[in-house]
This record gives sequence, C-alpha cells and structure tokens, in this order.
Amino acid sequence: MVQPVVRLEHVRRTFGAVVGLDDLSLAAPKGSVTVLLGPNGSGKTTAVRTITGALRPDAGRVEVFGVDPNVDGEAVRRGCGVVSAKPALYDRLSGRDNLRYAAELWRMGDEAPIDASAARFGIDDALDLRVGGYSTGMKTRLALARAILHDPDLLLLDEPTSGLDPESSHAVLGLIDEMAADGKTVVMCTHLLLEAEGLADQVVMLEQGRDLLVGPPDELVLRYWPNPRVLLDAEDGAALDALATMDGVLAFERNGAGVTVDLDDARRVPDLVTILAAQGVRLTRVVPHEPSLEDLYFAVRTRGVQ
Amino acid sequence: MSGARSRTWVIARTELRQLRQSPDFWLPMLILAGLFFVVIPTFLLYAVTHVHNDAVVAKVATTLDVLPARARAAIHGFSPAGRTSYALAVYLFAPLAVIVPMTISTAVGANALVGEKERGTGEFLAHSPATEREIYLGKLVASLVPGYATTIVGFGIYSLIVNLIVGPQVGGWFFPTGDWWVLMFWVVPPFLAITLSVVLRLSARVRSGAAAQQASGLVTLPLIIIAYAQSSGVLLGAGQTAIALGGVAWIVAVWGLWRGAGAVTRARLLGVEGAAL
Repeated sequence: MVQPVVRLEHVRRTFGAVVGLDDLSLAAPKGSVTVLLGPNGSGKTTAVRTITGALRPDAGRVEVFGVDPNVDGEAVRRGCGVVSAKPALYDRLSGRDNLRYAAELWRMGDEAPIDASAARFGIDDALDLRVGGYSTGMKTRLALARAILHDPDLLLLDEPTSGLDPESSHAVLGLIDEMAADGKTVVMCTHLLLEAEGLADQVVMLEQGRDLLVGPPDELVLRYWPNPRVLLDAEDGAALDALATMDGVLAFERNGAGVTVDLDDARRVPDLVTILAAQGVRLTRVVPHEPSLEDLYFAVRTRGVQ
Repeated sequence: MSGARSRTWVIARTELRQLRQSPDFWLPMLILAGLFFVVIPTFLLYAVTHVHNDAVVAKVATTLDVLPARARAAIHGFSPAGRTSYALAVYLFAPLAVIVPMTISTAVGANALVGEKERGTGEFLAHSPATEREIYLGKLVASLVPGYATTIVGFGIYSLIVNLIVGPQVGGWFFPTGDWWVLMFWVVPPFLAITLSVVLRLSARVRSGAAAQQASGLVTLPLIIIAYAQSSGVLLGAGQTAIALGGVAWIVAVWGLWRGAGAVTRARLLGVEGAAL
C-alpha cells in the first residue's frame, strides 16, 4: 500500500479553552488534491499549521513524508510550499529580495529560479519594486512564486484566492492543476466551494475541528444523492404533476414553476419526455441535476453526516 | 560556514536590509549617536580648550575633584584647560558609549520577533526550514549589529575629535586610553548581550510592538544603570575589579542568550501560543 504524503490521525489541538482541532483524521495520497472545506473557525488553518509542524498537536499523530514534523520538522518543511491566507511578505523589501530570502532559507544558493518563478505568475516586471506598493493580487502571485521556488513535493494553500481578482484566482487554480499533473500533492483550504469544484480528488469537510466527511467528491455526492435527479419545466407547470405517479420516479418535488424528480435510472428520461409530450405537455427544460460541492456542503450541514 | 550559521546569517541580513530600508528607524538612531559621540563632545571640548575664560574652566575643573585619586593622577595637560578637557574626554563621556548601543539595539530587538507576528511574516518563518535557534540567533545578530557597529564607528569618530581638539593640549594624540579599550571590547559587549537576551525574550512573548518597546524600556533601564556604573568603574580606577565584573557579565550574557533561545517557538511566531483562534 502506498504511504500517503500527509497523514493525520485523531489530532487534537487546543488554544486555551478553544478547540482548534478535535480528533481530526485525514490522509492525502501522493499526487492528489485534497480540499479542506469548512466555515471560518472550523480548523482549516490549524490543520495546515499542524501538517508543517508549525503547531504541535496536543494529542494524535501527524506524519508527513513518512516522518513526524515535530521530530524532523526541518526535513518536512524543506519539502513543503505554503501560501497562507495573508501573503506573509516583507513589505519593505522588493519582490526579488523576498524570493531571495526564501531561496536562502531553503538553501538553494544562486541556482534559485527567481526570475522564472516570478514570470510564471506574471510579476517578473515588478520584481524589483517594493512589495509594500503591490496590489493584493500581486502579493498573492508573489507568495505563490515563493511557495514553489524550491519545487516542493507538498503544496499547502490556505484560502489562496481570498480577495483576489478573477485573473489571479485563475493563476492559483492553474497552479494547483499543474502541481497535481506533476505528481505533487496539494492540500488546499477554502470556504469558496466553486473554486474547489473540479479540482479536488478528495474533500475533507470540517466543522469545529472535526472531519465530518471525507472522500472523493463523486462518492460523497452519491452518498447524498444516490439516484439521478432531473429538473423539468413546462409552459404549463401544473401539467408536470403527472410525473409524480409515473414508473421509475422515486421522488417528486415542486421547484418554483418546475419540478425536480429523483429517478431509479437516468435512462428513463427519454421515456418520461415521450409520455409527457404525448399528453400534450410542452416541455421548456429538461436538465440532469449534478449536485455541486456547494449542494453537498449544505446537505451535510442540514441533513447531517450520512 | 555551517548550515546553521548560514541560515542565521540569512535571517540577520534580511532583518538588517529591512532596517536599512526604514529611514524612519535609523535616522533618529543616527541623530542620537551623532549627538552623543560628535556634537556634545565637540561642543564641550572645543569650548573648554578654546574659550579663554579661566573662571569657567576653573569651575569645570572643580568637578574633577569627584574623580578618584588614581584617575586624577592620570590626567595630563599643560594647562588647566588642557587638564579639564582631558578629564572630560577620558572619564566623563565614557557612559555614552554604553547608552548608545543599548538604546539602538533595544529598539531593534524589541521589534524583532513581535514584528514578524504583527506583520504576519511570522507565518512564513514558522513554515520555513529554519530552526527556532537559527531564527533567534539571526534576530540577535540583527539587533546587536546596528547598536554595536554604531558605537564602534562613533567611538572612532569620537577618538578623532578628542585627539584633534584635546591632543595639542596634552602633547599629542593620546586617545583611546587602555581603559577605553577595556570598556569598548570587554564591558560593553556583554552588557549589550544581556540586554538583548531580555529584550528578545520579551519580543517573543508580547502581542504588539508598542508593548515590546514599553516592556523593554522598563527592563533595560536597570541594566543601563548597571552598565553605566560598570563602565565608570573601569575608567575611574576600579581596574581589576571592573575587569572581573566584566567577566561575570560575559558569563551572565552567555547564560541569558542560551536561555533566551527557548523563547522563540513557532506557535509564538504565528501569534497563537496560549491564545484563542
């Protein structure tokens, strides 16, 4: 069995009376993108800090690259690239000096690809300017360039697109895609569900420091919506009531002017459309409903863990 | 150069680079050093040696009576003005050599760790491969260098001024005297280190730069007074005792610095130790 790059087992971390992590367990396999989802204060940032060994857990076990970051923290952190929620840059220094500082702390010497790394995120032109004059987007781009400067095997992103313009957000999501394609492991925290959509190989939903739900998004969606769903609209909405008693319709729900039905098999859709058309119902919309991470998130929060 | 030293130096150099980029910090410090090492000595020594007012010189000379016999015996000079200026240059300005580095280094050190926390850059350091000891030593070097370097440069300029103004009165260049060498290289460094060991521990623990500055001011004041007395003792004839006390100061400094390293933790750099998120 392949050892995961990150493994947290029953990790607990408190801050005085406040519980940051409470029995959190997760495993991030090599080359995967793990998305930590959860509201503010759910423990996402604490989880990232625990992974690099910046915070020591009160209880439980942490293993990164097969070692305990609290025992061999230097080795773990050498292989990690971190982009924090705030870019954590030195405003009085130039962009180049910020990158050089990281390169020297990671002992990269003169070989550090400072210009190439900055160019990758489109900030090479501003590299010699003071970071204090950068926009929020430029700072995040510089933080990204710094995080990948040493070609880390594990990239940890904490709310990386928070407050960014669409172009900068795109750069972040593009980086995650590229890293995963290169076989790197990515752990990303977010409460923006749309940005996690399509990226995550695995979702860990957190609440009050606990992992409520862990798994690949498709599997989790199936757990909550095991049957295919279809949205239908018609010129005469009332005519759709006939669907409620048709064969294969497991659930029927009014949805404004239209309806949402759960079917036992998606292949029933053409038959249902044919029957409705034969009854004179003029359909205006027939859409298979694919639940998003956002649907999943709210389903978990309202219906509980299934 | 070992890896540990290398990262320590990288952290120190980056901190110093940031200080260099902050005229709002170094300009007042430069003015302070300029006042203590250049302006005040030049004005007083020039006045004593060139203003031919015997009454004033005699009045200043009477203050020299407070000096111990050994010190008074060592005073050179062809005239009352020469003897007075010699005493001022060699004995009475000595404590300035202590105040300047301590003030500057305390100002830098107080902000060194809490500044990372306040700016959010502590997060970067906490996730970096640098060890807590390397971070501590880097900050220590960065705090020590501006104060001590300013003092050494100031001391050089002060020596030049003293020799140019007072030298002709006492038969040639005479400064620094042996006691001043002891003061600058035996007494000042350990007191500076003791001060910084306390200041850096405070800086790691408090929540804001303002709190660090206030606490450092309170804590370092007694140290400045002790260092002041010690430096005066060296120059005013305590001789062997002062050198021995300097040795004790070195031991305390090494112990303080070693203990101080434990104050730097990653949780503190993140600003979460003992705190609620």
